[in-house]
Amino acid sequence: METADLKIISASVRKDILTMLEQAGSGHPGGSLSSVELMVDLYFNHMKINPKNFNDPARDFFILSKGHVCPVLYSVLAQMECISKDELCTLRKIGSRLQGHPAKDKNIPGVEISTGSLGYGLSIAAGVAKGMKTLKRDNRVYVLMGDGEQQEGSIWEAAMSASHFKLDNLCAVIDCNGLQIDGPVDKVLNIEPITDKYLSFGWNVISIDGHNLEEVDNAYARAKLNKEKPTVIIAKTVKGKGVSFMENNADWHGKAPSKEQLLQAFKEIDAAV
Amino acid sequence: MVKVFGNKATRFGFGEALVELGAKDDKIFVLGADTVSSVAINGFQDKFPDRFANVGIAESNLLGMAAGLSISGFIPFVSTYGVFASGRPWEQIRTTICYSKLNVKIGGSHSGLMVGPDGATHQALEEIAIMRCIPNMTVLVPCDAVETKKATMAAAYYKGPVYIRYGRENIPVITDESTPFEIGKAQVIKEGKDVCIMACGSMVYEALSAAEILEKEGIKAKVLNIHTIKPIDEKAVIDAAKECGAVVTAEEHQKFGGFGSAVAEVIVKNFPVPMEFVAVNDTFGESGKPSDLIAKYGLKDVNIVAAVKNVLKRK
Repeated sequence: METADLKIISASVRKDILTMLEQAGSGHPGGSLSSVELMVDLYFNHMKINPKNFNDPARDFFILSKGHVCPVLYSVLAQMECISKDELCTLRKIGSRLQGHPAKDKNIPGVEISTGSLGYGLSIAAGVAKGMKTLKRDNRVYVLMGDGEQQEGSIWEAAMSASHFKLDNLCAVIDCNGLQIDGPVDKVLNIEPITDKYLSFGWNVISIDGHNLEEVDNAYARAKLNKEKPTVIIAKTVKGKGVSFMENNADWHGKAPSKEQLLQAFKEIDAAV
Repeated sequence: MVKVFGNKATRFGFGEALVELGAKDDKIFVLGADTVSSVAINGFQDKFPDRFANVGIAESNLLGMAAGLSISGFIPFVSTYGVFASGRPWEQIRTTICYSKLNVKIGGSHSGLMVGPDGATHQALEEIAIMRCIPNMTVLVPCDAVETKKATMAAAYYKGPVYIRYGRENIPVITDESTPFEIGKAQVIKEGKDVCIMACGSMVYEALSAAEILEKEGIKAKVLNIHTIKPIDEKAVIDAAKECGAVVTAEEHQKFGGFGSAVAEVIVKNFPVPMEFVAVNDTFGESGKPSDLIAKYGLKDVNIVAAVKNVLKRK
Protein backbone atom coordinates (compact mmCIF):
# COMPACT_ATOMS: atom_id res chain seq x y z
CA MET A 1 0.00 0.00 0.00
CA GLU A 2 1.21 3.49 -0.84
CA THR A 3 2.33 5.96 1.79
CA ALA A 4 -0.54 8.34 1.05
CA ASP A 5 -3.08 5.60 1.76
CA LEU A 6 -1.26 4.53 4.93
CA LYS A 7 -1.41 8.16 6.12
CA ILE A 8 -5.17 8.21 5.71
CA ILE A 9 -5.51 4.90 7.56
CA SER A 10 -3.18 6.16 10.31
CA ALA A 11 -5.38 9.22 10.80
CA SER A 12 -8.45 7.02 11.01
CA VAL A 13 -6.73 4.71 13.54
CA ARG A 14 -5.78 7.74 15.67
CA LYS A 15 -9.40 8.90 15.69
CA ASP A 16 -10.62 5.41 16.61
CA ILE A 17 -8.12 5.19 19.46
CA LEU A 18 -9.24 8.50 20.93
CA THR A 19 -12.93 7.69 20.43
CA MET A 20 -12.52 4.36 22.22
CA LEU A 21 -10.71 5.98 25.11
CA GLU A 22 -13.21 8.82 25.43
CA GLN A 23 -16.03 6.24 25.52
CA ALA A 24 -14.17 4.08 28.02
CA GLY A 25 -13.28 6.99 30.29
CA SER A 26 -9.83 5.51 30.87
CA GLY A 27 -6.92 3.94 29.00
CA HIS A 28 -3.60 4.84 27.44
CA PRO A 29 -3.58 7.39 24.61
CA GLY A 30 0.09 8.45 24.65
CA GLY A 31 1.72 5.14 23.72
CA SER A 32 -1.15 4.11 21.47
CA LEU A 33 -0.73 7.25 19.36
CA SER A 34 3.06 6.98 19.24
CA SER A 35 2.92 3.50 17.70
CA VAL A 36 0.27 4.11 15.01
CA GLU A 37 2.58 4.25 11.96
CA LEU A 38 4.61 1.27 13.23
CA MET A 39 1.41 -0.77 13.50
CA VAL A 40 -0.36 0.40 10.35
CA ASP A 41 2.58 -0.21 8.04
CA LEU A 42 3.25 -3.60 9.67
CA TYR A 43 -0.32 -4.83 9.25
CA PHE A 44 -1.01 -3.37 5.80
CA ASN A 45 2.35 -3.87 4.12
CA HIS A 46 4.27 -6.65 5.83
CA MET A 47 2.47 -9.15 8.03
CA LYS A 48 1.23 -12.23 6.23
CA ILE A 49 -2.24 -12.57 7.69
CA ASN A 50 -5.60 -13.69 6.53
CA PRO A 51 -8.19 -11.41 8.17
CA LYS A 52 -10.80 -14.10 7.51
CA ASN A 53 -8.75 -16.71 9.35
CA PHE A 54 -6.34 -15.50 11.98
CA ASN A 55 -5.50 -19.10 12.90
CA ASP A 56 -4.00 -19.80 9.50
CA PRO A 57 -0.81 -21.80 10.19
CA ALA A 58 0.96 -19.77 7.50
CA ARG A 59 0.34 -16.48 9.31
CA ASP A 60 2.93 -14.14 10.69
CA PHE A 61 2.63 -13.63 14.44
CA PHE A 62 2.28 -10.35 16.31
CA ILE A 63 2.79 -10.04 20.07
CA LEU A 64 1.85 -6.76 21.76
CA SER A 65 4.34 -6.74 24.59
CA LYS A 66 3.25 -3.30 25.75
CA GLY A 67 -0.30 -4.51 26.19
CA HIS A 68 -1.58 -1.22 27.55
CA VAL A 69 -1.58 0.25 24.04
CA CYS A 70 -4.14 -2.32 22.88
CA PRO A 71 -6.41 0.46 21.52
CA VAL A 72 -3.99 0.77 18.58
CA LEU A 73 -4.12 -3.00 18.00
CA TYR A 74 -7.93 -3.12 18.26
CA SER A 75 -8.21 -0.14 15.88
CA VAL A 76 -5.93 -1.75 13.30
CA LEU A 77 -7.87 -5.02 13.60
CA ALA A 78 -11.05 -2.98 13.04
CA GLN A 79 -9.47 -1.53 9.90
CA MET A 80 -9.02 -5.14 8.75
CA GLU A 81 -12.69 -5.75 9.59
CA CYS A 82 -11.86 -8.30 12.29
CA ILE A 83 -13.58 -6.17 14.92
CA SER A 84 -16.61 -3.97 14.21
CA LYS A 85 -16.46 -0.23 14.82
CA ASP A 86 -19.36 -0.65 17.24
CA GLU A 87 -17.43 -3.18 19.27
CA LEU A 88 -14.50 -0.77 19.55
CA CYS A 89 -16.67 1.40 21.79
CA THR A 90 -17.06 -1.46 24.29
CA LEU A 91 -13.38 -1.13 25.29
CA ARG A 92 -12.82 -1.62 29.03
CA LYS A 93 -16.53 -2.15 29.72
CA ILE A 94 -17.95 -5.13 31.58
CA GLY A 95 -18.64 -8.12 29.36
CA SER A 96 -16.56 -6.74 26.47
CA ARG A 97 -14.06 -8.80 24.51
CA LEU A 98 -11.90 -5.71 24.42
CA GLN A 99 -10.24 -5.86 27.80
CA GLY A 100 -8.05 -3.04 29.11
CA HIS A 101 -5.10 -5.25 28.22
CA PRO A 102 -5.36 -7.93 25.48
CA ALA A 103 -6.96 -11.18 26.62
CA LYS A 104 -6.52 -14.37 24.64
CA ASP A 105 -9.51 -16.07 26.22
CA LYS A 106 -11.84 -13.48 24.66
CA ASN A 107 -11.12 -14.99 21.23
CA ILE A 108 -10.41 -11.79 19.36
CA PRO A 109 -8.98 -12.60 15.93
CA GLY A 110 -5.39 -11.37 15.97
CA VAL A 111 -4.82 -11.49 19.73
CA GLU A 112 -2.36 -14.37 20.02
CA ILE A 113 -1.80 -14.19 23.77
CA SER A 114 -2.68 -12.19 26.87
CA THR A 115 -0.23 -9.38 27.57
CA GLY A 116 -0.09 -6.35 29.79
CA SER A 117 2.52 -7.07 32.40
CA LEU A 118 5.57 -5.50 30.84
CA GLY A 119 8.70 -7.37 29.85
CA TYR A 120 7.10 -10.63 28.71
CA GLY A 121 6.51 -10.17 24.99
CA LEU A 122 10.06 -10.63 23.76
CA SER A 123 10.34 -14.07 25.40
CA ILE A 124 6.98 -15.09 23.99
CA ALA A 125 7.99 -13.92 20.53
CA ALA A 126 11.33 -15.73 20.83
CA GLY A 127 9.42 -18.89 21.74
CA VAL A 128 7.18 -18.58 18.68
CA ALA A 129 10.21 -17.86 16.48
CA LYS A 130 12.02 -20.90 17.89
CA GLY A 131 8.89 -22.93 17.20
CA MET A 132 8.73 -21.78 13.59
CA LYS A 133 12.44 -22.55 13.10
CA THR A 134 11.92 -26.02 14.55
CA LEU A 135 9.02 -26.62 12.17
CA LYS A 136 11.18 -25.24 9.32
CA ARG A 137 8.48 -22.71 8.48
CA ASP A 138 9.15 -19.20 7.25
CA ASN A 139 6.48 -17.42 9.29
CA ARG A 140 7.81 -14.21 10.80
CA VAL A 141 7.25 -13.03 14.36
CA TYR A 142 6.81 -9.39 15.34
CA VAL A 143 6.73 -7.92 18.82
CA LEU A 144 6.08 -4.32 19.85
CA MET A 145 7.70 -3.10 23.06
CA GLY A 146 8.00 0.22 24.82
CA ASP A 147 11.21 2.03 25.67
CA GLY A 148 10.42 2.15 29.39
CA GLU A 149 9.76 -1.58 29.15
CA GLN A 150 13.45 -2.11 28.37
CA GLN A 151 14.00 -1.62 32.11
CA GLU A 152 12.55 -5.09 32.75
CA GLY A 153 15.25 -7.73 33.32
CA SER A 154 13.31 -10.42 31.47
CA ILE A 155 13.75 -8.44 28.23
CA TRP A 156 17.48 -9.04 28.43
CA GLU A 157 17.11 -12.76 29.14
CA ALA A 158 15.02 -12.91 25.98
CA ALA A 159 17.42 -10.71 24.02
CA MET A 160 20.28 -13.06 24.89
CA SER A 161 18.21 -16.09 23.88
CA ALA A 162 17.00 -14.70 20.55
CA SER A 163 20.52 -14.10 19.32
CA HIS A 164 21.84 -17.36 20.81
CA PHE A 165 19.19 -19.31 18.87
CA LYS A 166 19.80 -17.19 15.73
CA LEU A 167 16.15 -16.20 15.45
CA ASP A 168 16.35 -14.15 12.25
CA ASN A 169 12.61 -14.67 11.81
CA LEU A 170 12.06 -12.41 14.82
CA CYS A 171 11.59 -8.68 14.41
CA ALA A 172 11.25 -6.63 17.58
CA VAL A 173 10.12 -3.02 17.51
CA ILE A 174 10.75 -0.53 20.28
CA ASP A 175 8.41 2.45 20.33
CA CYS A 176 10.82 4.96 21.85
CA ASN A 177 8.48 7.74 22.85
CA GLY A 178 10.78 8.76 25.68
CA LEU A 179 8.18 8.88 28.44
CA GLN A 180 6.87 6.49 31.05
CA ILE A 181 4.35 6.93 33.89
CA ASP A 182 6.73 8.73 36.22
CA GLY A 183 8.28 10.95 33.55
CA PRO A 184 11.11 10.90 31.01
CA VAL A 185 12.68 7.45 30.59
CA ASP A 186 16.19 8.89 30.96
CA LYS A 187 15.24 10.44 34.30
CA VAL A 188 13.34 7.45 35.73
CA LEU A 189 15.92 4.83 34.71
CA ASN A 190 18.07 5.57 31.71
CA ILE A 191 18.06 2.80 29.08
CA GLU A 192 20.64 4.42 26.77
CA PRO A 193 22.72 3.53 24.87
CA ILE A 194 19.96 1.16 23.75
CA THR A 195 21.42 0.63 20.26
CA ASP A 196 24.77 -0.41 21.70
CA LYS A 197 23.05 -2.72 24.17
CA TYR A 198 21.22 -4.65 21.43
CA LEU A 199 24.31 -4.66 19.19
CA SER A 200 26.36 -6.13 22.00
CA PHE A 201 23.65 -8.74 22.57
CA GLY A 202 24.16 -9.85 18.95
CA TRP A 203 21.18 -8.20 17.28
CA ASN A 204 20.75 -6.50 13.95
CA VAL A 205 19.70 -2.95 14.84
CA ILE A 206 17.78 -0.54 12.60
CA SER A 207 17.14 2.98 13.89
CA ILE A 208 14.35 5.05 12.36
CA ASP A 209 11.87 7.88 12.81
CA GLY A 210 8.80 5.88 13.85
CA HIS A 211 6.37 8.34 12.30
CA ASN A 212 8.02 8.45 8.87
CA LEU A 213 6.12 5.80 6.95
CA GLU A 214 8.82 5.38 4.29
CA GLU A 215 11.43 4.74 6.97
CA VAL A 216 9.12 2.36 8.83
CA ASP A 217 8.32 0.44 5.65
CA ASN A 218 11.96 0.23 4.69
CA ALA A 219 12.94 -1.03 8.14
CA TYR A 220 10.47 -3.94 8.06
CA ALA A 221 11.69 -4.82 4.53
CA ARG A 222 15.35 -4.75 5.60
CA ALA A 223 14.60 -6.89 8.65
CA LYS A 224 13.26 -9.65 6.39
CA LEU A 225 16.54 -9.77 4.45
CA ASN A 226 18.65 -10.10 7.57
CA LYS A 227 20.06 -13.57 8.27
CA GLU A 228 21.36 -15.33 11.39
CA LYS A 229 20.45 -12.53 13.80
CA PRO A 230 17.18 -11.21 15.21
CA THR A 231 16.35 -7.63 14.26
CA VAL A 232 15.27 -4.79 16.49
CA ILE A 233 13.80 -1.63 15.00
CA ILE A 234 14.47 1.25 17.35
CA ALA A 235 11.82 3.78 16.42
CA LYS A 236 12.07 7.32 17.74
CA THR A 237 8.52 8.50 18.27
CA VAL A 238 6.50 11.21 19.97
CA LYS A 239 4.23 10.16 22.81
CA GLY A 240 0.70 11.33 22.01
CA LYS A 241 1.67 11.97 18.35
CA GLY A 242 -0.91 13.91 16.36
CA VAL A 243 -2.66 15.67 19.22
CA SER A 244 -0.86 18.84 20.25
CA PHE A 245 -1.90 18.88 23.89
CA MET A 246 -0.95 15.22 24.36
CA GLU A 247 2.41 15.29 22.58
CA ASN A 248 5.47 14.74 24.76
CA ASN A 249 3.39 14.92 27.92
CA ALA A 250 3.67 12.03 30.39
CA ASP A 251 0.34 13.07 31.91
CA TRP A 252 -1.30 11.53 28.84
CA HIS A 253 0.24 8.11 29.43
CA GLY A 254 -2.90 6.78 31.01
CA LYS A 255 -5.77 9.29 30.84
CA ALA A 256 -8.83 9.48 28.61
CA PRO A 257 -9.76 12.65 26.72
CA SER A 258 -13.01 14.51 27.43
CA LYS A 259 -15.60 15.01 24.70
CA GLU A 260 -14.27 18.52 24.03
CA GLN A 261 -10.69 17.32 23.90
CA LEU A 262 -11.75 14.56 21.51
CA LEU A 263 -13.29 17.08 19.10
CA GLN A 264 -10.18 19.27 19.29
CA ALA A 265 -8.01 16.22 18.59
CA PHE A 266 -10.15 15.24 15.59
CA LYS A 267 -9.67 18.72 14.09
CA GLU A 268 -5.91 18.47 14.42
CA ILE A 269 -5.75 14.93 13.00
CA ASP A 270 -7.96 15.84 10.04
CA ALA A 271 -5.94 19.00 9.36
CA ALA A 272 -2.71 16.99 9.25
CA VAL A 273 -3.86 14.54 6.53
CA MET B 1 5.96 -53.69 56.13
CA VAL B 2 4.73 -51.51 53.30
CA LYS B 3 5.10 -53.30 49.97
CA VAL B 4 7.76 -51.50 47.93
CA PHE B 5 9.23 -52.13 44.49
CA GLY B 6 12.62 -50.60 45.14
CA ASN B 7 13.83 -47.03 45.48
CA LYS B 8 13.92 -44.45 42.73
CA ALA B 9 13.87 -40.68 42.44
CA THR B 10 10.65 -39.27 40.99
CA ARG B 11 12.62 -37.00 38.63
CA PHE B 12 13.56 -40.09 36.62
CA GLY B 13 9.89 -40.88 36.10
CA PHE B 14 9.47 -37.42 34.59
CA GLY B 15 12.52 -37.82 32.35
CA GLU B 16 11.51 -41.29 31.13
CA ALA B 17 8.01 -40.09 30.30
CA LEU B 18 9.42 -37.26 28.18
CA VAL B 19 11.54 -39.69 26.15
CA GLU B 20 8.50 -41.89 25.52
CA LEU B 21 6.33 -38.91 24.64
CA GLY B 22 9.00 -37.50 22.36
CA ALA B 23 9.24 -40.75 20.41
CA LYS B 24 5.56 -40.90 19.60
CA ASP B 25 4.65 -37.23 19.27
CA ASP B 26 6.74 -34.64 17.46
CA LYS B 27 4.73 -31.87 19.11
CA ILE B 28 6.58 -32.46 22.38
CA PHE B 29 9.23 -29.75 22.98
CA VAL B 30 11.37 -29.63 26.11
CA LEU B 31 13.11 -26.59 27.60
CA GLY B 32 15.72 -26.65 30.33
CA ALA B 33 17.49 -23.96 32.32
CA ASP B 34 21.04 -25.17 32.99
CA THR B 35 19.86 -27.95 35.30
CA VAL B 36 19.23 -30.36 32.45
CA SER B 37 20.99 -33.42 33.84
CA SER B 38 20.02 -32.88 37.44
CA VAL B 39 16.32 -32.70 36.58
CA ALA B 40 16.75 -35.74 34.30
CA ILE B 41 15.64 -34.21 31.00
CA ASN B 42 18.99 -34.98 29.35
CA GLY B 43 17.54 -38.20 27.92
CA PHE B 44 15.12 -36.17 25.84
CA GLN B 45 17.89 -33.74 24.90
CA ASP B 46 20.07 -36.60 23.61
CA LYS B 47 17.31 -38.25 21.61
CA PHE B 48 15.49 -35.20 20.25
CA PRO B 49 17.98 -32.33 20.13
CA ASP B 50 15.89 -30.47 17.53
CA ARG B 51 12.99 -30.26 19.96
CA PHE B 52 15.06 -29.23 22.92
CA ALA B 53 16.35 -25.86 24.05
CA ASN B 54 18.52 -24.93 27.00
CA VAL B 55 17.79 -21.29 27.81
CA GLY B 56 20.45 -20.99 30.48
CA ILE B 57 19.92 -19.60 33.95
CA ALA B 58 16.93 -17.51 32.96
CA GLU B 59 13.66 -18.84 34.33
CA SER B 60 11.50 -15.88 33.30
CA ASN B 61 12.55 -16.44 29.70
CA LEU B 62 12.12 -20.20 30.17
CA LEU B 63 8.41 -19.80 30.82
CA GLY B 64 8.01 -16.99 28.27
CA MET B 65 9.54 -19.05 25.49
CA ALA B 66 7.45 -22.04 26.50
CA ALA B 67 4.38 -19.82 26.08
CA GLY B 68 5.54 -18.87 22.59
CA LEU B 69 6.22 -22.48 21.65
CA SER B 70 2.75 -23.35 22.83
CA ILE B 71 1.10 -20.80 20.53
CA SER B 72 3.21 -22.09 17.67
CA GLY B 73 1.57 -25.49 18.15
CA PHE B 74 3.97 -27.43 20.37
CA ILE B 75 3.28 -29.03 23.74
CA PRO B 76 6.19 -27.52 25.69
CA PHE B 77 7.51 -29.08 28.89
CA VAL B 78 9.87 -27.03 31.03
CA SER B 79 11.77 -28.32 34.01
CA THR B 80 14.10 -26.99 36.63
CA TYR B 81 14.29 -26.93 40.43
CA GLY B 82 10.89 -26.27 41.96
CA VAL B 83 11.84 -22.99 43.63
CA PHE B 84 12.97 -21.59 40.28
CA ALA B 85 10.24 -23.22 38.20
CA SER B 86 7.39 -21.87 40.30
CA GLY B 87 8.72 -18.85 42.16
CA ARG B 88 10.89 -16.73 39.88
CA PRO B 89 8.56 -16.94 36.86
CA TRP B 90 5.33 -16.94 38.89
CA GLU B 91 3.89 -13.96 37.08
CA GLN B 92 4.69 -15.38 33.64
CA ILE B 93 2.90 -18.55 34.76
CA ARG B 94 -0.06 -16.50 35.98
CA THR B 95 -0.47 -13.81 33.36
CA THR B 96 1.06 -15.26 30.23
CA ILE B 97 0.34 -18.97 30.60
CA CYS B 98 -2.67 -19.52 32.85
CA TYR B 99 -4.66 -16.43 31.82
CA SER B 100 -4.15 -17.45 28.19
CA LYS B 101 -4.92 -21.13 29.05
CA LEU B 102 -1.76 -22.21 27.26
CA ASN B 103 -0.77 -25.83 26.95
CA VAL B 104 2.47 -25.43 28.93
CA LYS B 105 3.60 -28.21 31.29
CA ILE B 106 5.89 -27.25 34.16
CA GLY B 107 8.05 -29.84 35.88
CA GLY B 108 9.11 -28.65 39.31
CA SER B 109 11.90 -30.94 40.41
CA HIS B 110 13.84 -30.92 43.70
CA SER B 111 10.75 -30.38 45.79
CA GLY B 112 10.66 -30.50 49.55
CA LEU B 113 13.16 -30.83 52.35
CA MET B 114 14.67 -33.94 50.78
CA VAL B 115 16.85 -31.72 48.58
CA GLY B 116 18.95 -31.95 51.71
CA PRO B 117 22.42 -30.40 52.00
CA ASP B 118 21.74 -27.53 49.56
CA GLY B 119 19.60 -26.04 52.31
CA ALA B 120 16.59 -23.76 52.45
CA THR B 121 17.29 -21.75 49.29
CA HIS B 122 16.82 -24.88 47.19
CA GLN B 123 14.15 -26.69 49.21
CA ALA B 124 10.89 -25.92 47.42
CA LEU B 125 8.14 -25.94 50.02
CA GLU B 126 5.62 -23.46 48.64
CA GLU B 127 4.80 -24.58 45.10
CA ILE B 128 1.48 -26.26 45.84
CA ALA B 129 0.21 -23.06 47.45
CA ILE B 130 1.43 -20.65 44.80
CA MET B 131 0.43 -22.81 41.84
CA ARG B 132 -3.00 -23.96 42.94
CA CYS B 133 -4.23 -20.41 43.56
CA ILE B 134 -3.90 -19.54 39.87
CA PRO B 135 -7.04 -20.06 37.76
CA ASN B 136 -6.83 -22.68 34.98
CA MET B 137 -3.81 -24.38 36.59
CA THR B 138 -3.71 -28.13 37.30
CA VAL B 139 -1.37 -29.30 40.08
CA LEU B 140 -0.04 -32.86 40.31
CA VAL B 141 2.06 -34.30 43.13
CA PRO B 142 2.76 -37.95 42.30
CA CYS B 143 3.86 -40.35 45.03
CA ASP B 144 6.73 -42.21 43.38
CA ALA B 145 8.74 -42.53 40.18
CA VAL B 146 6.22 -44.81 38.48
CA GLU B 147 3.34 -42.48 39.24
CA THR B 148 5.42 -39.47 38.17
CA LYS B 149 5.89 -41.10 34.79
CA LYS B 150 2.16 -41.69 34.47
CA ALA B 151 1.36 -38.16 35.62
CA THR B 152 3.76 -36.71 33.06
CA MET B 153 2.30 -38.81 30.24
CA ALA B 154 -1.21 -37.77 31.27
CA ALA B 155 -0.25 -34.10 31.59
CA ALA B 156 0.89 -33.99 27.96
CA TYR B 157 -2.65 -34.53 26.76
CA TYR B 158 -4.52 -32.79 29.57
CA LYS B 159 -5.69 -29.47 28.20
CA GLY B 160 -4.12 -26.35 29.65
CA PRO B 161 -1.27 -25.56 32.02
CA VAL B 162 -0.11 -28.31 34.40
CA TYR B 163 2.42 -28.15 37.24
CA ILE B 164 4.00 -31.47 38.20
CA ARG B 165 5.89 -31.54 41.50
CA TYR B 166 8.55 -34.18 42.06
CA GLY B 167 11.91 -34.65 43.72
CA ARG B 168 15.56 -35.45 43.51
CA GLU B 169 16.06 -38.08 46.22
CA ASN B 170 15.41 -41.77 45.95
CA ILE B 171 12.13 -42.67 47.59
CA PRO B 172 10.28 -45.99 47.82
CA VAL B 173 8.34 -47.06 44.74
CA ILE B 174 4.91 -48.09 46.01
CA THR B 175 2.89 -48.29 42.79
CA ASP B 176 3.42 -50.40 39.69
CA GLU B 177 2.41 -50.34 36.05
CA SER B 178 -1.02 -51.75 36.86
CA THR B 179 -1.92 -49.07 39.42
CA PRO B 180 -4.58 -46.87 37.85
CA PHE B 181 -3.82 -43.18 37.35
CA GLU B 182 -6.24 -40.53 36.23
CA ILE B 183 -5.78 -36.79 36.72
CA GLY B 184 -8.37 -35.58 39.24
CA LYS B 185 -9.07 -39.00 40.70
CA ALA B 186 -7.78 -39.84 44.17
CA GLN B 187 -7.04 -43.44 45.06
CA VAL B 188 -7.88 -45.40 48.16
CA ILE B 189 -4.72 -47.40 48.74
CA LYS B 190 -5.65 -48.83 52.12
CA GLU B 191 -9.08 -49.36 53.62
CA GLY B 192 -10.00 -48.36 57.17
CA LYS B 193 -12.86 -46.68 59.05
CA ASP B 194 -11.36 -45.01 62.12
CA VAL B 195 -9.50 -42.17 60.45
CA CYS B 196 -8.47 -41.18 56.93
CA ILE B 197 -4.89 -40.21 56.19
CA MET B 198 -4.79 -38.19 52.98
CA ALA B 199 -1.34 -37.77 51.52
CA CYS B 200 0.49 -36.62 48.42
CA GLY B 201 3.97 -37.07 47.01
CA SER B 202 6.65 -38.59 49.20
CA MET B 203 4.27 -38.61 52.17
CA VAL B 204 2.08 -41.33 50.69
CA TYR B 205 4.67 -43.94 51.68
CA GLU B 206 4.90 -42.43 55.18
CA ALA B 207 1.10 -42.54 55.40
CA LEU B 208 1.04 -46.23 54.54
CA SER B 209 3.76 -46.90 57.07
CA ALA B 210 1.83 -44.92 59.70
CA ALA B 211 -1.31 -46.94 58.93
CA GLU B 212 0.63 -50.13 59.63
CA ILE B 213 1.89 -48.81 62.96
CA LEU B 214 -1.66 -47.74 63.87
CA GLU B 215 -3.06 -51.11 62.87
CA LYS B 216 -0.86 -52.80 65.46
CA GLU B 217 -2.47 -50.52 68.03
CA GLY B 218 -5.94 -51.41 66.83
CA ILE B 219 -6.61 -48.22 64.84
CA LYS B 220 -7.78 -48.85 61.30
CA ALA B 221 -6.70 -46.01 59.01
CA LYS B 222 -7.90 -45.45 55.49
CA VAL B 223 -5.15 -44.06 53.25
CA LEU B 224 -5.92 -41.86 50.26
CA ASN B 225 -3.30 -40.99 47.64
CA ILE B 226 -4.36 -37.59 46.35
CA HIS B 227 -1.91 -37.00 43.52
CA THR B 228 -4.07 -34.30 41.94
CA ILE B 229 -4.19 -31.30 44.24
CA LYS B 230 -6.13 -29.31 41.70
CA PRO B 231 -8.75 -30.11 40.58
CA ILE B 232 -9.07 -32.02 43.84
CA ASP B 233 -11.25 -35.13 43.94
CA GLU B 234 -13.98 -33.62 46.13
CA LYS B 235 -16.09 -36.75 46.12
CA ALA B 236 -13.27 -38.95 47.39
CA VAL B 237 -12.46 -36.46 50.16
CA ILE B 238 -16.08 -36.06 51.24
CA ASP B 239 -16.75 -39.81 51.13
CA ALA B 240 -13.69 -40.49 53.28
CA ALA B 241 -14.66 -37.77 55.77
CA LYS B 242 -18.14 -39.26 56.06
CA GLU B 243 -16.83 -42.79 56.43
CA CYS B 244 -14.02 -42.08 58.90
CA GLY B 245 -15.12 -38.95 60.76
CA ALA B 246 -11.55 -37.67 61.15
CA VAL B 247 -8.86 -36.65 58.68
CA VAL B 248 -5.09 -36.19 58.80
CA THR B 249 -3.32 -34.69 55.80
CA ALA B 250 0.38 -35.23 55.08
CA GLU B 251 2.61 -33.29 52.70
CA GLU B 252 6.27 -32.37 52.33
CA HIS B 253 5.32 -28.72 51.93
CA GLN B 254 4.42 -25.65 53.98
CA LYS B 255 1.34 -26.04 56.13
CA PHE B 256 -0.25 -22.79 54.98
CA GLY B 257 -1.99 -22.86 51.64
CA GLY B 258 -0.81 -26.28 50.56
CA PHE B 259 -2.35 -29.70 50.16
CA GLY B 260 -3.85 -29.82 53.67
CA SER B 261 -5.50 -26.47 53.05
CA ALA B 262 -6.93 -27.76 49.77
CA VAL B 263 -8.42 -30.76 51.58
CA ALA B 264 -9.72 -28.53 54.39
CA GLU B 265 -11.49 -26.28 51.88
CA VAL B 266 -13.50 -29.27 50.71
CA ILE B 267 -14.17 -30.69 54.17
CA VAL B 268 -15.19 -27.43 55.84
CA LYS B 269 -17.68 -26.65 53.12
CA ASN B 270 -19.19 -30.10 52.73
CA PHE B 271 -18.77 -32.28 55.81
CA PRO B 272 -16.77 -30.77 58.67
CA VAL B 273 -14.80 -33.31 60.70
CA PRO B 274 -11.78 -32.86 62.98
CA MET B 275 -8.54 -32.47 61.02
CA GLU B 276 -4.81 -32.46 61.70
CA PHE B 277 -2.08 -31.32 59.33
CA VAL B 278 1.31 -32.96 58.99
CA ALA B 279 3.43 -30.47 57.07
CA VAL B 280 6.36 -28.09 57.43
CA ASN B 281 5.22 -25.71 60.12
CA ASP B 282 5.73 -22.21 58.67
CA THR B 283 9.50 -22.38 58.71
CA PHE B 284 12.38 -22.65 56.24
CA GLY B 285 14.46 -25.81 56.05
CA GLU B 286 18.23 -26.12 56.49
CA SER B 287 21.16 -28.18 55.27
CA GLY B 288 21.34 -31.79 56.32
CA LYS B 289 20.80 -35.37 55.25
CA PRO B 290 17.32 -35.84 53.77
CA SER B 291 16.37 -38.48 56.35
CA ASP B 292 17.55 -36.27 59.21
CA LEU B 293 15.60 -33.29 57.86
CA ILE B 294 12.40 -35.28 57.41
CA ALA B 295 12.69 -36.43 61.02
CA LYS B 296 13.61 -33.01 62.42
CA TYR B 297 10.78 -31.23 60.65
CA GLY B 298 8.18 -33.79 61.63
CA LEU B 299 7.40 -35.53 58.35
CA LYS B 300 7.86 -39.17 59.37
CA ASP B 301 5.31 -41.94 59.80
CA VAL B 302 5.55 -41.45 63.57
CA ASN B 303 4.47 -37.83 63.18
CA ILE B 304 1.43 -38.97 61.23
CA VAL B 305 0.69 -41.52 63.96
CA ALA B 306 0.84 -38.75 66.58
CA ALA B 307 -1.46 -36.55 64.47
CA VAL B 308 -3.93 -39.41 64.13
CA LYS B 309 -4.02 -39.89 67.90
CA ASN B 310 -4.61 -36.18 68.36
CA VAL B 311 -7.41 -36.03 65.83
CA LEU B 312 -9.10 -39.10 67.28
CA LYS B 313 -9.40 -37.30 70.64
CA ARG B 314 -11.63 -34.77 68.89
CA LYS B 315 -13.65 -37.24 66.84
